[in-house]
Amino acid sequence: MLYIFCPHCGSRSQNEFAYGGDATVKRPELNKEISDQEWDNFVYLRKSPRGKHLELWHHISGCRQWIKVERDTSTHEIFKTYKADELTE
Amino acid sequence: MQKYSVFSLIKNAFSDHQNWEVAWKDPTPKKEYDVIIIGGGGHGLATAYYLAKEHNITNVAIIEKGWIGGGNVGRNTTIIRSNYMHDDNALFSEFGMDLWRKMSQDLNYNVMFSPRGIINLAHSDAQMNAYSRRGNSMRLNGIDAVLLNREEVQKRIPMADFSDNVRFPIFGGLMQPSAGTARHDAVAWGYARQADSMGVDIIQNCEVTGFDVTNGKIVGVRTSRGDIKAKKVGLCVAGSTNILAEMLNMTLPIETHLLQACVSEPVKPLLDHVVTFGAGHFYCSQSDKGEMVMGGDLDGYNSYSQRGNLPTLQHVLTEGIAMFPFLSKLKMLRTWGGIMDMSMDGSPIIDKTHIDGLYLNCGWCYGGFKATPASGWTFAHTIAQDRVHELNAGYSLNRFNTGDLIDEKGLGTKTWIS
Repeated sequence: MLYIFCPHCGSRSQNEFAYGGDATVKRPELNKEISDQEWDNFVYLRKSPRGKHLELWHHISGCRQWIKVERDTSTHEIFKTYKADELTE
Repeated sequence: MQKYSVFSLIKNAFSDHQNWEVAWKDPTPKKEYDVIIIGGGGHGLATAYYLAKEHNITNVAIIEKGWIGGGNVGRNTTIIRSNYMHDDNALFSEFGMDLWRKMSQDLNYNVMFSPRGIINLAHSDAQMNAYSRRGNSMRLNGIDAVLLNREEVQKRIPMADFSDNVRFPIFGGLMQPSAGTARHDAVAWGYARQADSMGVDIIQNCEVTGFDVTNGKIVGVRTSRGDIKAKKVGLCVAGSTNILAEMLNMTLPIETHLLQACVSEPVKPLLDHVVTFGAGHFYCSQSDKGEMVMGGDLDGYNSYSQRGNLPTLQHVLTEGIAMFPFLSKLKMLRTWGGIMDMSMDGSPIIDKTHIDGLYLNCGWCYGGFKATPASGWTFAHTIAQDRVHELNAGYSLNRFNTGDLIDEKGLGTKTWIS
């Protein structure tokens, strides 16, 4: 069982959350001319590192806020959590 | 190589089975090979075997970080099937079914292939319609498919919940009678033994630490047991693909996730088929030892840990009990986890790469085990001929740019949702 610290509610069990995937994937800027390749890369490519991974979680059975979680993908250690709009280190 | 037969069994019985030849050697790596296959799992071993057998390329090394068969080929639920709707998947898998049927003879190793049939349960009229469509597509591709109504399902699996007030009543199901199971370890060992006998070096406890690429061409692999030169290198490391891709500065349409499986205590034979729950993600079969072999959802977040988390197991088994209420009476014997390459359209990649002489075999999602022979066969062809075979032409890497996705389930890029 993972215990995730929600910046709004405190430490809660993973059962209250839904996973939202890699938080470092950046949507290309609106109204900017981009190539098909850039768009495909945004939609499909993932680094999926072993080790530190910044990811989105949705506190769906709690405050319903999206948060960012920095977690180790091999040990499941959670280093830090952020509000969705908070800048990460 | 010593041939396995009833006579060799009797002969060795007289010496208390102390004089069997080793099934494969433990060589030290040579300075150079024609082909290096990274990953000594089912797909890697099969690739080396077909390179030697079909293409006469025997100066081959398999490099494995741990021990052969210790990864996903030893961690799956042993299901073999070709019940796919899309042509690329259907034809590829059905080609594999042929190889499965001949495998024990071909490898002179009993892989205990048991074509006991798979039943996908349907729990609504809409699902029956979808299965009827899938079944028809399968039959158009020459794959056996039978649509069963409720009574026909009940005859085959009377222990499923056919009572009145159930949340997901069984409307019927789609059956592929020729699907089944096989002994997973035997598949790895059988391929390893034959590949070794044809001159392939199986090098275990040898971790890849880097690649040597010169002028866009692969020239060798750096490993924990020294640098090894190679004309061609094939990556067969589903689960760890992203780790090696990072060494090559490649980013792939793949995320690594954990999938759990478990077995119950052994009970007397009661389940003749592989059965999947249609209202969730749960599948079940009974092993020859009598254990109920079960699996279902991914743990749901990126993971390289090879061990599972309880909430997912609980969720999966809740579905299992909804389908087969008797499961609630059984004790759990073992649970384990394996790490999956989850590709962004749910289908694998067997292709060349932008680096000359480097070939990619990855993205197997939930379906790596059943693909073992077909994957090895087509990957060997791709490496030997330096071009894809028509069977794996659809499994290209650039389909994510051209839009030719093979989205069998239409799940999209949220690979952890099932």
